[in-house]
Amino acid sequence: MASEALLSVRDLRIAFDGVEAVRGLSFDVRPREALAIVGESGAGKSLTARALLGMLPRGATTSGTISPDLSAHRGRRISLVPQDALSALSPVHPVGDQLAAAVRSVAGVSRKEARARAVAALDRVGIPDAARRARAYPHEYSGGMRQRAVIAMATINEPDIVVADEPTTALDEERRDQVLRLLAEQRAAVDAALVLVTHDMDVVQGHADRVLVMYAGRLTELGPADEVLARPRAPYTAGLLASLPQHAPPGRRLPALRGTPPVPGALPPGCAFAPRCPLAAEACHTAEPEPRQAAGRLVACHRWEELPHPATELFLKERQPV
Amino acid sequence: MSDPLLDVRDLVVRYGQVTAVDGVSFSLAAGETLALNGPSGCGKSSTALAVLQLRRPDSGEVRFEGRELTTLPEPELRPLRPRMQPVFQDPYGSLSPRHRIRDAIAEPLKVQGRWDPEKGPARVAELLDRVGLDPAYGDRRPHELSGGQCQRAGIARALASDPRLLVLDEPVSSLDPSVRAGVLNLLADLQDDLGLGYLFICHDRAVVRHVADRVIEMREGRVTSG
Repeated sequence: MASEALLSVRDLRIAFDGVEAVRGLSFDVRPREALAIVGESGAGKSLTARALLGMLPRGATTSGTISPDLSAHRGRRISLVPQDALSALSPVHPVGDQLAAAVRSVAGVSRKEARARAVAALDRVGIPDAARRARAYPHEYSGGMRQRAVIAMATINEPDIVVADEPTTALDEERRDQVLRLLAEQRAAVDAALVLVTHDMDVVQGHADRVLVMYAGRLTELGPADEVLARPRAPYTAGLLASLPQHAPPGRRLPALRGTPPVPGALPPGCAFAPRCPLAAEACHTAEPEPRQAAGRLVACHRWEELPHPATELFLKERQPV
Repeated sequence: MSDPLLDVRDLVVRYGQVTAVDGVSFSLAAGETLALNGPSGCGKSSTALAVLQLRRPDSGEVRFEGRELTTLPEPELRPLRPRMQPVFQDPYGSLSPRHRIRDAIAEPLKVQGRWDPEKGPARVAELLDRVGLDPAYGDRRPHELSGGQCQRAGIARALASDPRLLVLDEPVSSLDPSVRAGVLNLLADLQDDLGLGYLFICHDRAVVRHVADRVIEMREGRVTSG
């Protein structure tokens, strides 16, 4: 298995002021795959992605290994599509110049050649009249065009891995699907793997080969995306999927997880999900489960074998009296 | 059939040269959820502000509980305002960071001159309980709450005024997925108990399909279906 990994993360820990936000995470990124990292606020998904890029915020202390370390080759072997396309672009330079600068930062090519590549990249992502548009500034682009330009910049140096950090969070549904399709198409064209960070299970459907579900800084479930979506094995994944309105049985009330995700530094004892978990037993409140091979994937749950399928009923509670 | 709770006719909202809402009409009954759905910039939120008279529309009618609001001067509008309450997308942004939750919930009652120092605190505790928050959260400030808890506090504050209509502008769009369903269930329960009318603005079609009795699709300021 190890031989087919493009990048291996082992026991990654990221802490701020002694408080661990990522707590011992191991996974591989395989060549040309799309790996979705799914989690809620505080799950550690964005920090994990930033660690791959060597872009952690100041004050972060890390341990564990990421091999190979691509952060020294950021912009060439690994690149980022950030959430906010506007702030990712400099407002005072023409878009084409910014793409050309990205090319020249890694490849010894002439200005003219870099410029030609920038125009070609803008053209590839469907910017109309790319040669003219390359001379325009970001504020002269629509939101959708900026997003395209940022994707063009992330793929222009043909990296091994494109990391997309919540690339569609601020977008409405129509735009979201357009951006994800463009991202898939562009990274496939340069044979890059995609690490897609998202809080949205919906994004995983049809846009990822494998999915890593994180909760409170740890791996909860990791496996083929279609299998995990079709039959989740961890109660957290099952609850998340069951609570999506598009999967819910008709009726006024949705299946829902109780409580809220824990805050780093204030984790409950044992499994961090136990206080919200309808399957939690005594062991779950004392020992944190390690990821284990189960049903063709990794699952970190003491009681995964007890999880019914479908699990909807577990999360469909009668209303509380008010 | 009795009068609708809210009846909007030919609503127009302009910002300079831009017509954000271009002749929108709909009506909403008590106990009903009407969803406004459409992409960013289609005029959903401008419609919400105009219904609430937070931004006076350029033309058209907004009839609420049988009274035409657009021509009412502010002093006559003021006693009606408590009966139509907004709930916004950003739960942190809609609560003052410096106020404790219980003060944020009491504030509308004080502003409306309905605050009873004897019974007020119990009323705040009851409102917190009603939205599924332990009344002990009343002592906290917004940054000490999660997004979902904050949104529940925002709903409690809206309920403090005994409204008939809630205008919910993307009320679950910024919430974590695992808490979104709980807030949607809360809104359903409140509607069942209190017979509230909901004008529910949301760009997520799956949420809209689940919560709405009727859906209006908007695009470029106009209603395209519904």
